[in-house]
Amino acid sequence: MTASNGPLIDVDRLHVSFPLYHGSARSLRRTMADGVSGRLGLDPRRRVVVEALRDVSFRLRAGDRLGLVGGNGAGKTTLLRALAGIYEPVDGTVHVRGRLDALLDANSGMSTGMTGRENINLRCLHAGLTPRQSRAVQDDVQDFADLGSFIDMPVRTYSAGMSVRLGFALTTAINPQVLLMDEWFMAGDSAFLHKAQKRLEAMVQAADILVLSTHQLTIIESWCSEVIWLDQGRIRMHGAPQEVLAAYRGEAPVVTEPA
Amino acid sequence: MPTMSAAPTLATEPLDEPVFVTAPERDTATRLRHAIADLRASLALWRLGTTLAWTDIKGRYRGSILGPFWVTASTAVMIAALGILYAALFGQSLTDYLPFLTLSLVLWGYLSTVTTEACSCFSGAESAIRARRTPFLLLVGRIVLRNVIVLGHNVLVVVVVFALFGVHPGLTALWCLPGLVLWLLDSIAITVLLGTLGARFRDIPPIVGSLLQIAFFISPVIWKPELIPHAKTWMRFNPFYSLLDVIREPLLDHAVPPVVWGLACVYSALLCLGAAALFLRVRCRLAYWV
Repeated sequence: MTASNGPLIDVDRLHVSFPLYHGSARSLRRTMADGVSGRLGLDPRRRVVVEALRDVSFRLRAGDRLGLVGGNGAGKTTLLRALAGIYEPVDGTVHVRGRLDALLDANSGMSTGMTGRENINLRCLHAGLTPRQSRAVQDDVQDFADLGSFIDMPVRTYSAGMSVRLGFALTTAINPQVLLMDEWFMAGDSAFLHKAQKRLEAMVQAADILVLSTHQLTIIESWCSEVIWLDQGRIRMHGAPQEVLAAYRGEAPVVTEPA
Repeated sequence: MPTMSAAPTLATEPLDEPVFVTAPERDTATRLRHAIADLRASLALWRLGTTLAWTDIKGRYRGSILGPFWVTASTAVMIAALGILYAALFGQSLTDYLPFLTLSLVLWGYLSTVTTEACSCFSGAESAIRARRTPFLLLVGRIVLRNVIVLGHNVLVVVVVFALFGVHPGLTALWCLPGLVLWLLDSIAITVLLGTLGARFRDIPPIVGSLLQIAFFISPVIWKPELIPHAKTWMRFNPFYSLLDVIREPLLDHAVPPVVWGLACVYSALLCLGAAALFLRVRCRLAYWV
């Protein structure tokens, strides 16, 4: 697989903003004048918008592992959603080649009214797997999530732990070429975490491109080959992990990291 | 790098590499291209769409004895009760009135459920939309399909009532087929239209709900239009009237006048154009709204 036709992510001057429909424009404009927040603006049609991402550009090739750091609300999750093709840009372009999967929230799109088995089946159909591949995923998920007979019960009857196990097993059962991960994925109880860690590492290694957002800098240090520091929706710094993390640690409030 | 056994390696089978480019839509040509891409992606996922529709139905009646046939049973009970009462109220013979009422109520049931569920087509699928890139027309297909399945269960009641009262529409009934095609197009259009509006404006579901209730009473659903012959002309401004007639009349062995067909087509064309225009314009914003 050559770099010219392998998986890639190409982000060019990406700009994403959210319209605020439910707030009063007048009072928000006053807020802006007071300088409380620098991220509210007016779009050309004079609607109040939150500038979630501004002028973000980078390019990833097969083998690249990008870590995203930044405070809450810096735009990490929005960037992941834009890379996944969920949020379409207000300006700039996002170009992604390769089978992509995004692990963005704990439920990752599961329907709680449906049974575990139905959710597995639907996910496989969405991923466009053949019936044979679907069966393999079915077995694998059942095996890993260890749900027993609960597999045929609606997901809403699951305990929190069971539903995390199912969501995790499901999203990690289908190996994507481009993997986007948000930080919730590192959470979980310690018994599960050990089992999950191995599976996650295997998946990360199998993916051609990884984009990972987390506050746990040690995970970024061990998994990522480059880091982007997002601040107020802009790229504050982009470079090798040691460099960026050193600068980030110097400025950011101390984050408790697992031993 | 050795692959660990913890995760299966599905990637060993050759799969093509999908590509997507997202960029702002500045002209109609781009919007049209993106909307067509959405349609093609939805059609490619037809197995997911049908499975979602069936799973919705199964989920709704999980643990119940009759399952989806509850719809059939409740329709049958309602028709029996309403039929006897209203035949007396309107002074009509049961033989004449009941087949009409059955067909009307089953068709109206479909129409009003599609319209109601259309409002939450996108806002109700929020978690799916925000979890991964999902073509929006797939979600539309899911709503329409699951209501077609419910309609299929209700058709049983029509068949039984027609058999009991000896209604044999014969070959005229085949004229309902173009009507069904028109209904299918309209169902898709109304789901796109109301789904989009419902995602942006949260007042849409209650407004649509009350409008539907008014429409039920002012449209000839439980009463026959012949009851007010002098009002027939202006009643044609009610789109529900023409749309009901293109299916109902052939099945009751009546010919559909060309003007009714014409009006039904005009109303449908307006609805489809409106839905298409709106979808082209705001498809790229839907994920931000839900």
